Amino acid sequence: MTNLAATSAGAISARGPKPRTLTASRIGVYAFLIIAALFFLLPLWVMVVTSLKTLPEIRQGHLFNWPELLTFEPWLKAWDTACTGRDCNGLKPGFWNSVKITALSVPVSIVVAMINGYALSFWKYRGSEFLFGVLIFGAFVPYQVVIYPLIIGLSKVGLFATLPGIVIVHTIFGMPILTLLYRNFFASLPIELFKAGRVDWAGFWGIFFRIMLPMSVPITIVAVILQTTGIWNDFLFGTVFAGRENMPMTVQLNNIVTTTTGVREYNVNMAATILTAAVPLVVYFISGKWFVRGIAAGAVKG
Amino acid sequence: MTSSVSIRELSLSFGHVKVLESLDLEVAQGEFIVLLGPSGCGKSTLLNCIAGLLDVSDGEIHISGRNVTWDEPKDRGIGMVFQSYALYPQMTVERNLSFGLRVARMPKPEIDARVKRASEILQIEPLLQRKPVELSGGQRQRVAIGRALVRDVDVFLFDEPLSNLDAKLRSDLRIEIKRLHQRLKNTMIYVTHDQVEAMTLADRIAIMKNGVIQQLDDPHTIYNKPVNLFVAGFIGSPSMNFLRGQLTGTDISVDGQTISIASYPFESHAGGPAVLGIRPEHVALGDEARKMPVQIESEIELVEPMGADTIAWTKIGTQSLTFRAAAEVHLVPGQKVLIGFDPSRGSVFNAESGQRI
Repeated sequence: MTNLAATSAGAISARGPKPRTLTASRIGVYAFLIIAALFFLLPLWVMVVTSLKTLPEIRQGHLFNWPELLTFEPWLKAWDTACTGRDCNGLKPGFWNSVKITALSVPVSIVVAMINGYALSFWKYRGSEFLFGVLIFGAFVPYQVVIYPLIIGLSKVGLFATLPGIVIVHTIFGMPILTLLYRNFFASLPIELFKAGRVDWAGFWGIFFRIMLPMSVPITIVAVILQTTGIWNDFLFGTVFAGRENMPMTVQLNNIVTTTTGVREYNVNMAATILTAAVPLVVYFISGKWFVRGIAAGAVKG
Repeated sequence: MTSSVSIRELSLSFGHVKVLESLDLEVAQGEFIVLLGPSGCGKSTLLNCIAGLLDVSDGEIHISGRNVTWDEPKDRGIGMVFQSYALYPQMTVERNLSFGLRVARMPKPEIDARVKRASEILQIEPLLQRKPVELSGGQRQRVAIGRALVRDVDVFLFDEPLSNLDAKLRSDLRIEIKRLHQRLKNTMIYVTHDQVEAMTLADRIAIMKNGVIQQLDDPHTIYNKPVNLFVAGFIGSPSMNFLRGQLTGTDISVDGQTISIASYPFESHAGGPAVLGIRPEHVALGDEARKMPVQIESEIELVEPMGADTIAWTKIGTQSLTFRAAAEVHLVPGQKVLIGFDPSRGSVFNAESGQRI
């Protein structure tokens, strides 16, 4: 009653949710965000419209215009018949090679890192901290430094330029960051959970499979995202270690773009690039929330 | 008396830090032992050693007549309850309870029977299909106890199981643990820093400090005849009054005031600096005080009404003395009162060694 009286008297009493007001600074912030988003979308826009244009239209040079004559020919060509050197099979074989490499490397590297992280956080032994330090140090070693010794090593055991070879390489190079990710995750779990497992008749593998594995689903999603995008986008190891038979999509894309027989087909190149980038993009779009969560968990704890 | 858990000359050090030093402890079959001490005294460490979760530096641990010093925790015939419950979050209560049994590949009917029995004892049958996140703290701790229960072991280890609960639940569960012990008659070793839990639950209390057991006795003896100043000060709330003075024969002079403690049962006769310990509840007031062998005039400094009774602060010489008075007695600061006590109920310690005289 008193409230009503107060409002009727003209003064608005503060009650319930505070009304939102659009201030000038807020408008400015939104405007800036929208402009920034558009700016960063510009290259993608150019790529998409170029890939949908015919070559004569591209030569006219209207970079940002929507195609006058819409064509999907470049996309088909990029996928199926574009030439890399002497083979003219498009990106298709590269795509399947990348699928093979990623599908094998992601689980193998994650399983290794998971066991590493589990052992390093729960089954500590003399020197385990030192080993962990060495492993993390590995994250700071430039890849180029170790490529040559790796080539020699792998060719000595006959794995150079084979599918298992490239899987091993990805597993090794994924290990520091993934082990860190898992170790920090396991270190954030209460140690008593592990102790309870030990009292409850479970051993190293029992605790790992029955207690820790089911609990590490969130961090594993993060690891899968990290590894899938990382391995799919890899170019260096693919060129060096995969061998002719297993050239991943990125390498093939590079070959298509750099191969010039006569005219440079910008529209095909653009289509091929979008196709190659599509997989990691889709992964990011689907899993953005998990990705950020995992990065934060890995970075903050430790 | 057969020994259920026997710890012989157990030592443990982390690097140069000695946490436990040549510790001996014999726990009888069916006994409820409480390890009590301030944080960092090594009580949890000792429990972890018994459980096999920490490797010992030296010594032996025997459980049910078997030397288990080198055995894995799972092979020691123990069940353990943790402070943070440590329930497996992805499993239902039922699967939490049966986890160890399933790992051990026990036949299904046997598992079901044991889970049923444990959940009946702990009254958690309606919760069996829930996940730990859907339980309250008290329910979680009950499930954690159940997980030890289903394993049908000889020895239960409790690592501060009630410390994460609020005061009311803590006293409820304390009673339940006591009932459980009376019903099951298992050996239980219970770590806590809460003296009320220790006093109410224990058959014997082991008071620890710096990795050494100071006194191992039944609660009554611990309370009434503490062996040293540490034990005397640790047990009891409000804590024991300590009056520092000079002991000559059976007289102790405290800040010039001579108190005759002839009725005190001296274990050894030694003069010199001494500490007279009197529990606040053993100090009488007014008419009661007149019946006491020792009577002192003093002045009330501070009054703390606790509801059930009242804690009052006075001074003897320069040393403060608290006593517990009935709630009905009206006391005000500045009031002159007569207090008295019976030295035979007190304790006298050597001021240098801290040992009981």
